[in-house]
Amino acid sequence: MPVLKADFGACQGYANCVDAAPDVYDIDDDGVVVLLRTEISEEERPRIEEAARSCPVNALTIEDA
Amino acid sequence: MTGTVLVVGASIGGVRTAQALRSEGFDGRIVLVGAEPHAPYDKPPLSKQFLSGAWELEKVLLLTAEQAAADGIELRLGSPATRLDVAGSRLLLADGEALDYDKLVVATGASARPSPWRPESGVHVVRTLDDSRHLADALRQDGPVVVVGGGFIGAEVAATARGLGHDVTVVDPMPTPIGRVVGPEIGSIFAELHHRHDVATRFGLGVEGVEGVAGNLRVRLTDGSTLNAATVVVGIGAVPNDGWLADSGLAVENGVLCDEYSRAVDAPDVFAVGDVARWFHPGYREHVRVEHWTNAVEQAVIAAHNIAHPDDLRPHSPVEYVWSDQYDWKAQIVGRPVLGVRHEIIGTLEGERPRGAVLYQDDADRLCGAVTVNWPRALVQCRRLVTGHAGYDEALDRIRALVSAGPAMAAVPATSADG
Ligand SMILES: Cc1cc2nc3c(=O)[nH]c(=O)nc-3n(C[C@H](O)[C@H](O)[C@H](O)COP(=O)(O)OP(=O)(O)OC[C@H]3O[C@@H](n4cnc5c(N)ncnc54)[C@H](O)[C@@H]3O)c2cc1C
Ligand code: SF4
Repeated sequence: MPVLKADFGACQGYANCVDAAPDVYDIDDDGVVVLLRTEISEEERPRIEEAARSCPVNALTIEDA
Repeated sequence: MTGTVLVVGASIGGVRTAQALRSEGFDGRIVLVGAEPHAPYDKPPLSKQFLSGAWELEKVLLLTAEQAAADGIELRLGSPATRLDVAGSRLLLADGEALDYDKLVVATGASARPSPWRPESGVHVVRTLDDSRHLADALRQDGPVVVVGGGFIGAEVAATARGLGHDVTVVDPMPTPIGRVVGPEIGSIFAELHHRHDVATRFGLGVEGVEGVAGNLRVRLTDGSTLNAATVVVGIGAVPNDGWLADSGLAVENGVLCDEYSRAVDAPDVFAVGDVARWFHPGYREHVRVEHWTNAVEQAVIAAHNIAHPDDLRPHSPVEYVWSDQYDWKAQIVGRPVLGVRHEIIGTLEGERPRGAVLYQDDADRLCGAVTVNWPRALVQCRRLVTGHAGYDEALDRIRALVSAGPAMAAVPATSADG
């Protein structure tokens, strides 16, 4: 099952990920990304991959667990 | 779909189109053509972290050779496309090679508007990796810096040069340069930001000429005064890279003219994305060209989808979004603040590390745009509210609620404001 990872130190709060996939990414009060869940299905992967690639600082990755 | 897709232009728009084609299930051949010899790289850090030296080259790369190979993307770098033959479905490169295609995506972006002042040396623009490197070299020498153009890139370069210890002056013929985007009142708060960081501004004045050589330049202004500079940076906008399409048969009018699906007008096998595309925005009911990073990424995904799924065409109807990092401000702008007839500030834009949002009301009493400073959460909400055509009062309430809400998760649930 694909697993979502975030580099919280790299995140700059640009929030593109939240706009693209609000069901898995949110942002906290300090402007840092929050993972609403970490496991996703293969079916959702293309959509969430595109959301992850909308991050301007490459803070988001999807790994195979 | 199978066949060959050529993507011309290997920066954010082109790279994301190629990657999204794979995510969308396209299993034909993808060739990414780029004019520059460098591995594909990203632009926003070129006026910020890369220019200051905080980031190495590796952090600005968009696609390494290994990543390209893993996705089955053929890289054809170092030779610009020179001619497109739409009738013959063929692309010519400067080195003489001809490539045939089934679909072609124009992602050639824009170039810095050239400096009208050309002394022997010392005048810079910032658009490419080489530009940023040359400027970074120049900024390693001591001496004052004059930035011509007070828009986003000019302001960011000024902030970076100041951070490196230079005396900096920003010159712009507009009284409040960022006022073009956010209105004069908020624009003047952006101007204050320069002063708070000991950067001088000469707004409302034009440049008559620049003379001298690197290290010893004189910038003559329209009021007769002169500024001395070791380095001059000119940030006066960008022009779309569409000249190579002049005899292609495509409709080119300050960008490649496209329909709402990002398909070139009268050439359904050709698409355009990013800074070079002028497409019909179904929400605004007019053709627009947007020079923002997020638009290039979103349009890339839409174009890739429309190529891979021609039976399920999606329109590209985004709400504009741009960020700009200046000094201690992370400014984020969503929608079209210029359409505002009235605005209100929630939180504050004053003092050190302020946190606030400016909400703009249009003549139909809706939220038409917002500017947030150091407040990404408010930005997320505003982006949803503008997208959902929220009423202005509702928008004010939502953002005010964030001020008191405190820690994460207290905001409106992510899905409720989407429609
Ligand atoms: C210094 C700087 C800072 C920025 N900061 C921000 C920011 O903070 N936030 C934001 O939202 N936006 C920012 N932007 C804007 C953003 O980077 C652009 O909107 C984005 O790069 C557009 O992507 P693109 O792929 O459409 O075009 P481009 O990035 O212009 O890329 C086009 C590519 O095509 C290549 N090319 C050109 N002609 C040819 C040809 N004939 N054949 C083959 N290849 C060709 C070029 O070499 C280039 O690599 C910034 C831009 C710059 C220059
Ligand atoms: S897009 Fe990237 S920088 Fe922006 S909030 Fe998401 S992870 Fe952070």
